[in-house]
Amino acid sequence: MNAASNEATCKGAAIDIDGISKFYGGFTALENVSLRVEPGEFMSFLGPSGSGKTTTLNLIAGFTDLSGGDIRLDARSIGHVPAHKRNIGVVFQHYALFPHMSVAQNVAYPLKQRRVGKAERARAVEEALRKVQLDSFAHRYPSELSGGQQQRVALARAMVFGPSLLLMDEPLGALDKKLREVLQLEIKRIHRELGSTFVYVTHDQEEALVLSDRIAVFNRGRIEQVGTGQTLYTAPQTLFVGQFIGESSVLRGPHRSAGGETMLTVAGTALTAPGAANGEGAQVILLRPEAVMVQAPGTGPQEGRCNILSGVVREMLYLGSAMKYEVTLADGSHVTARTPTQGAPFALGATVELAWRPQESVLLADDGSTAGH
Amino acid sequence: MTGFRPGRLLLQLSCLLIAIWLVAPTLVVIPMSFADRKSLAFPPQGFSTQWYANFFSNPQWFGSLVVSLKIAAMVAVVATVIGTMAAIGIERLKTRAGGIIRVVLLTPMIVPGVVLAVGIYAVYLDTRLVGTWTGYVLAHTLLAIPFVVIAVGANLAVFDERLETAAASLGASRLTTFFTVTLPLILPGILSGALFAFVTSFDEVIVSLFITSPQLKTLPVQIFSSMTRDADPTVAAVGSLIFLATTLIIGLGLIIGLRRRGA
Repeated sequence: MNAASNEATCKGAAIDIDGISKFYGGFTALENVSLRVEPGEFMSFLGPSGSGKTTTLNLIAGFTDLSGGDIRLDARSIGHVPAHKRNIGVVFQHYALFPHMSVAQNVAYPLKQRRVGKAERARAVEEALRKVQLDSFAHRYPSELSGGQQQRVALARAMVFGPSLLLMDEPLGALDKKLREVLQLEIKRIHRELGSTFVYVTHDQEEALVLSDRIAVFNRGRIEQVGTGQTLYTAPQTLFVGQFIGESSVLRGPHRSAGGETMLTVAGTALTAPGAANGEGAQVILLRPEAVMVQAPGTGPQEGRCNILSGVVREMLYLGSAMKYEVTLADGSHVTARTPTQGAPFALGATVELAWRPQESVLLADDGSTAGH
Repeated sequence: MTGFRPGRLLLQLSCLLIAIWLVAPTLVVIPMSFADRKSLAFPPQGFSTQWYANFFSNPQWFGSLVVSLKIAAMVAVVATVIGTMAAIGIERLKTRAGGIIRVVLLTPMIVPGVVLAVGIYAVYLDTRLVGTWTGYVLAHTLLAIPFVVIAVGANLAVFDERLETAAASLGASRLTTFFTVTLPLILPGILSGALFAFVTSFDEVIVSLFITSPQLKTLPVQIFSSMTRDADPTVAAVGSLIFLATTLIIGLGLIIGLRRRGA
C-alpha cells in the first residue's frame, strides 16, 4: 500500500477498450467502441458534445456501468470493479475540490483512503503540490484560489497516489484562453515527468492537437478515427473528421472513378482526386486552405497537373503572414484559401482562379457532415 | 437623508407599532413573574422572586422541565437521524416517487394538531403507550421529522453531488464518502434540523395533553394544567426563564455565525 512512494517511477498502464456500449433506456450513448491506449501514451478523446467521449471516460473511471463489452487495465478486467477500487486518477472540468478541506487536506485525501502513514503522506502532498507549483498554498482553502489554481490542486490530488492512468474531463474548459495555454504546457510537462497514461477529453481540436500523442475522434456514440494529429489532418478517413480537425472546404458533385483516380464535377469543372470512390454513395473533395493557390483568371496550371476552379472573392482577411480568401463558386459553394502575403491582394468581388495539385484533394464519402463544430 | 419626509416617518412609526405588537405579549410575562401576590393581574403589584424559587424547588415544576428536556433531546436525535436519511433518499430518488414520499413525510406539519392528537391517543390506548417515555418520543418525533426533512433537504439541494464522484475516484467507498464529504457539507442543515426538532418537542402541547399522565408530564402540559387550575405566577416565571434561555441561545448562535463569516 505504499502508493505514494512509487509515484516517481510508476509506469503508465495500457487500456484495452473492448466493444463497450452504453444505453440509457432507448437512447444509445455509446455503441460497440473498441480502442487500445498504449502505456504512457497521451490520448485525447475529441468530439462534439454528446458524441460519447465523456461517456467513455466515465465508463473507464467506473462512474457509470457498462451496458456491454469490457475494459482492461494492463490486461486486468476492470469493467465491473467499483470506481473507488480502480486506482485511476480523475480531473474534472468543475475541479470538484472538497470545499471544507484545505489544499493540503484535499491532496492528502486519496492517501488517507490508502492508509498511507502520516509522515509519508505529508511528504507526498508536498511533492505533488510542488509539481503543480502550489507548495506555498497548502493551508489555503479552495474558495480562496483562482480557477487555474483550483485545477492545479485537483491535478495534484489526482496524481499524488501514483495512478498508472489519469483521466481528464475537459479540465481547462472553465478557464480563459490565456490560462488554458499555460496549463496545457504544464499538463504536458507533468505527463512527461510521471510517465502515466493520460486520457484527455476535449471538444477543442487545437487543445487535442497540442497535447496528444494520438487522438480518437468521437461522433454519435462511435469512434470515427484514431490517429496522430497529423494523420487526422492530412488523411482523414471520414468527412466528419476532416471537417472537425482544422479548417477545410468541401466540394460536392457527381463523380466517376477510373484508373485509380476519381473525377468530381463541381460547378461544371472536372476535378481530379487520387484514389477510387469510397463506397457507392456520393463523394466529396475536402481541401485544406493552405493547399489552394489564388491566382488571376487565365493563369492556368503553373506546374504539372492542376485542378482549377474559377470563382469570386467574397471575403478577404489579412492575417499578417498570410491572406485568407473566401471564394464563392458558380454553384454557390465556398472555398477557403490561405496564401502567403505577396504582391497586391485581390479585391472583393474580383474573379479569381483557384488552383491546387490533385493529390491535395482528399476524396471522402459524403456522410452529410457540415462544417461548424 | 436630511429634510422632513412625512411618508418616511409614517413608515417608521408603523414598523415600530408592529414590532411592539409582536414582542409585547412576550415581554408582559417578565413583570408578572415578579408579582408578590398569587395573581396573574397586569400590571402586577409589589415585587418578589418567590415564583422563581417555587419553580426550582417544586418537583411538579422542575421535574416537568427535566422530563421535557430529556424527551426533546431524544426526539432531536431520533428525528434528525431519520429525517436526514429520508431527505437524502428523497434527493437521490429524482423520480416522482421522491416527491410523493416527501409530501407524505411533511403531512404532520399540515394536518391539524388536534386531529393528529386524537389519532395518536386512540392508538396509544390500545398499545399502552399513554404517559410513557416511548409514547412521547414517538409522537414528538413524528411532528419533528418534517422540519428535519426541510432543513436537510434545503442543504442537499445546494450540495454538489459531483464531489461524491470525485471522492470515489480518489479511493473512498460510499460509506467513507458519506462521512468525510457529504456529512460535513450538509452539517449546517442537520444541526438546524436538530434544533428545530428539539424546539418542536419542547414546545409541543396539543398531542402531549392527550397522552400525558400524572407520573410523566412535560413542561407545557404542566403550564397548561396550572393555568386551568389557578392563577399561579410561576407560569410567568417559567415563561421568563425560557424567554431568557432562547434569547441567549439565538444570540450566541448569531454571534458565532457572524464571526465565522467574518473569518
